[in-house]
Amino acid sequence: MSTLLPPKFGPYGGRFVPETLMPALIELEQAFVDAQKDKVFRNEFEGLLASFVGRPTPLTYAKRLSEKLGGAQIYLKREDLAHTGAHKINNALGQALLVKRMGKKRVVAETGAGQHGVASATAAALLGLECVVYMGSVDIARQEPNVFRMKLLGAEVRPVESGTKTLKDAINEAIRDWVTNVRDTHYLLGSALGPHPYPTIVREFQSVIGIEAREQMLRDAGRLPDTVIACVGGGSNAIGVFSGFVDDEQVELIGVEAGGSGIASGKHAARFGDASKARVGVIHGTRTYVLQDEDGQIAETHSVSAGLDYAAVGPEHAMMRDNERAFYTSATDVEALDAFQTLCHTEGIIPALESSHAVAEVIKRAPTMKKDQVILVNLSGRGDKDLNTVIKELGTNL
Amino acid sequence: MNRIENAFKNKPIFMPYFPLGYPNLDTSIDVIETLAKNGADLIEVGISFSDPLADGPVIQKATQIALEQGITVKKSLAAIAELRNRGVTIPLILMGYFNPMLAYGLEKFIQDAKEAGADGFIVPDLPPEEAGEFQSLVGDLPLIQMLAPTSPNERMESIARNAKGFIYLVSVTGVTGARTSISDGLGDLIARVREHTSAKVCVGFGIGTPEQAKQVGLLADGVIVGSACVKTIGSSEKPVEAAKQFAAEFRSALQELKK
Repeated sequence: MSTLLPPKFGPYGGRFVPETLMPALIELEQAFVDAQKDKVFRNEFEGLLASFVGRPTPLTYAKRLSEKLGGAQIYLKREDLAHTGAHKINNALGQALLVKRMGKKRVVAETGAGQHGVASATAAALLGLECVVYMGSVDIARQEPNVFRMKLLGAEVRPVESGTKTLKDAINEAIRDWVTNVRDTHYLLGSALGPHPYPTIVREFQSVIGIEAREQMLRDAGRLPDTVIACVGGGSNAIGVFSGFVDDEQVELIGVEAGGSGIASGKHAARFGDASKARVGVIHGTRTYVLQDEDGQIAETHSVSAGLDYAAVGPEHAMMRDNERAFYTSATDVEALDAFQTLCHTEGIIPALESSHAVAEVIKRAPTMKKDQVILVNLSGRGDKDLNTVIKELGTNL
Repeated sequence: MNRIENAFKNKPIFMPYFPLGYPNLDTSIDVIETLAKNGADLIEVGISFSDPLADGPVIQKATQIALEQGITVKKSLAAIAELRNRGVTIPLILMGYFNPMLAYGLEKFIQDAKEAGADGFIVPDLPPEEAGEFQSLVGDLPLIQMLAPTSPNERMESIARNAKGFIYLVSVTGVTGARTSISDGLGDLIARVREHTSAKVCVGFGIGTPEQAKQVGLLADGVIVGSACVKTIGSSEKPVEAAKQFAAEFRSALQELKK
């Protein structure tokens, strides 16, 4: 039972799913491989990325932020300006086109911050697919605007009350729905996670970020960046931007996880940052670094940003961490909120709280670099959805 | 003859599932002992996991309570040894998700399970493609393979060819949990599996009443009852009494089919 594409990233990845789903994964892999070779499919996808998503998204030189930090020159890849407000739409459209190709009529999706849910609902509306989005009830409370958005786009949002009521439980429920309705339903997985071929498919559909950013850096800065920084929940925006630079060995790749209330507090989602809780394990169909207790039960995580609040990380990131092609660090809730405000004030851009974690690392790192060095940061989404959270967190300081 | 082969001497057999630690550890051990001594031919003993993605609401809730009550893999294995000490002689198959086994240490888990007196393993998130490491460590105990209505013929054939112990045939596309009726296509599905294998075929997912068990028992070598067993026993004021009655009802439903 061989696969068309490599199912693993070193020792990570794989397909740890119930037998009922294996044929669907095999079908999906075949459909993806065929589609990649099909000029008609690629033209349709690239056409929609241009005419519907608004790609290429701009590269913005962050002049005032660079001056304020006094070190490296900072460039922002503006995925916040993609239609629906985040990079998630790239993958959602790609998969929705695959769904049409496979002849299925219905998609289910999970969402944490709501960005992938909105992107899935959007792609489903555009292509005439039925769409059900599973979302933890905790996340529904903290990302309310996105819930309305999904409903307006014609999706059904099903609250998930099991377990920790966040992203992990939404994925469980989406998989349960998929197992039940697999013959006519596709699971539109939103991050570079889950069983093969999802991590590969999601990376390929997000690789447009890195391809564009590399060209734009050469055009605007006349050189490649020294460092590329992106936030990492499951890791789809990071893998997308990294993929454009992974072969440029001199470019340093930095992933930023959610440090929550601090690693020592235990309340975080830093899969690479907490050796006491993170071990290689299997969750949601893939083998990777997982925050868990001694008995292999998946740990509760915490982050101010719902999109990073997840106990596992995409398997390709696990491999890149082991082989040191990429380095991973974390930013706390407080650091992310500071970075959020800094970017608002210096650049007139309200970033998503997820992306603010990447900006927080820029704030730490840029002053230590020389003025002729360059940082590229992937601004994965915009922060409108986070206003309620930010108002609550900053309270009277705002 | 090992315990599993012995259990299939008179088919169809009754195979309930019950998770250790639910509603608490002591009661679950008493319940499993009672099921074993009142008509169960084989028991799937559940090891709990925080994220049981193949399970419906009943087993989700029961295993969640088991975890809240402090169940661990180590305590689960000790419970198997305790059941053997109490004179339970039927096969006990450990059923659970892969991650807790990995966290325990796969080699040690398999070794300790053997020593405790387990007869095999069912790991729903470990399809044949990922089972190599487990198979290389498991020795003579079977890792039970699962087949589903969605499995194409060629896949059924390759999975069935290597089957040990018995085949766990998932009767419906879906998660665990009782359904109002047995699917119409079950007869055809079982016939399709039997074309590819002479292994014993046991059917699970969706079987909730003695009447349904009898319907399935006419076609299959074994009838697996999970959610209904957990719900009936778990919701009773006297779980051990409920287990006794539950096992007796299913035993008598299948008794007249035995050959």
